[in-house]
Amino acid sequence: MITVLESAALNTVQDLGRFGYRQLGVGTSGAMDPLALQVGNILLDNRPGDAGIEIQTYPFVIRFESAGSFSVTGVDAVLDLDGHPVLPWSVEHATAGQVLTVGPPRRGARAYICVAGGVDVPMVLGSRSTQLRGGFGGLSGRPLEAGDVLKIAGGPALSGYGALPPAVALSRPCDGGEGNVVTLRAIPATDYHLFTSPARDRFWQAEWRITPQSDRVGYRLKGEPLTLQRPVELRSYGIVPGIVQVPPAGEPIVQMADANTAGGYPRIAGIIEADLWRLAQARIGTRIRFAQCDHHQGVAAMRPITSYLDDLRMMVDLYRGSARRRAPHASGTKP
Amino acid sequence: MLFEAPGEFTLAQQRRIWALMEAARDRGDVQELIPGVTNLMLIFSTPPERPQNVADWLRHAWGTLPERHIQGRLFEVGVRYGGPLGEDLAHVAAHTGLSPSDVISIHHAGEYTVCALGSAPGFGYLHGLDPRIATPRKAVPSLKMLAGTVTIGGMQAGISALTGPNGWNSIGFAELALFDPQRDPPALFSIGDRIRFYPESIEL
Repeated sequence: MITVLESAALNTVQDLGRFGYRQLGVGTSGAMDPLALQVGNILLDNRPGDAGIEIQTYPFVIRFESAGSFSVTGVDAVLDLDGHPVLPWSVEHATAGQVLTVGPPRRGARAYICVAGGVDVPMVLGSRSTQLRGGFGGLSGRPLEAGDVLKIAGGPALSGYGALPPAVALSRPCDGGEGNVVTLRAIPATDYHLFTSPARDRFWQAEWRITPQSDRVGYRLKGEPLTLQRPVELRSYGIVPGIVQVPPAGEPIVQMADANTAGGYPRIAGIIEADLWRLAQARIGTRIRFAQCDHHQGVAAMRPITSYLDDLRMMVDLYRGSARRRAPHASGTKP
Repeated sequence: MLFEAPGEFTLAQQRRIWALMEAARDRGDVQELIPGVTNLMLIFSTPPERPQNVADWLRHAWGTLPERHIQGRLFEVGVRYGGPLGEDLAHVAAHTGLSPSDVISIHHAGEYTVCALGSAPGFGYLHGLDPRIATPRKAVPSLKMLAGTVTIGGMQAGISALTGPNGWNSIGFAELALFDPQRDPPALFSIGDRIRFYPESIEL
């Protein structure tokens, strides 16, 4: 068990998402940065679908009521376990009664606390993710509050190893040199040609800024408005995270993990899945730029991510295997 | 990948979307489908190597499949028209040039068909609104419209599924739970279901 001692707004239990219910109007939810959640679960030898705690407001403080290994991924932040600093992106072990504080990140926006065996909340419609809009999933369908108690499954006590953060392992040429501008690759979408030619050009050339009206549902971007050739009235259509819509005011909205399943604003582009985690880790005020790519480039962009995760899985298997051989009788170790 | 049907929003076009949906469900590579209003989104388990092949398949299926008639259930929904929970009734009347009681009788005279579910869990896009009472969405949405509010949004009719901000015009209220994750199936309505409204009470 872990007890939440301190939590600001909108920290929730999330897994990789709730799939299969979009045709009933249920969006997928799930971790905004699924890559960071996967890294945490791989490090702890959890199942890929295990749930963790997504933190987007800080500080966040929990007490381990029972011993458990954990990993904090997603951000570079000061982590404190009972007065001792611990590292993000690595596996640490907490004994019963120890308190973990996750401070505001130096880099990144969303932290994930993964625990050995996963956070055990009931599965609702095949997922443990919190569906905030529908008010179900996660812990009673709502954000975490001080005093909440979460069951953890527990697992072998191993620590002292970690992962190279994806921002380092998967850095691209466009990530350096331009200050803090985050480049996101995107494919022109269904309504791209309904925009004026200058608007289309400006979409790719301009810098956009993430506004404070950005959350798990969508990121609203600030910049010179994009105009349509003529106003259109679209019929409701299916939406997935990454779609960039342009409401009548002309400033784009990027659909994120808690996106509705259907919408009606014109779509100018779709950010590729391989880059969405970068946006999820970009804070309010960050400048972003869109780089045009095509379907094949978008598909190919997933390959470095897949091999990064495969390499990590292999490394963790080797490390845990040898640690078990070195200490075959250690308490809590898997047979 | 999104397929958009050409032409008007008619029940016949929507029935062809349903046919396309059933055919797409049998493809091995489709993970999820989101039927919309005269459109269909396909979400793949792995991205198609050649999207053009899928586009060709969709065009061919659209051109050859017959309309899919779904014999849906008939729901008779009692509505408390007007009053504080249907506060936009006066606005709809003013926009359409009809009296509030005419708006109400035209609204419950029709039969509506659930075209697709989406936007919020269990929310049904309804076809069948009489064009005489079609009213554009509000410029300023209501901040806290109750789940169960009976609404008009342009040419579409609906019953709101969740309490929250809503830009559609409220004309009444129905005691209905459109979605319950613990129920099987969780959504009250399915595609093809028909809805008839009747006045439980009228407050002008």
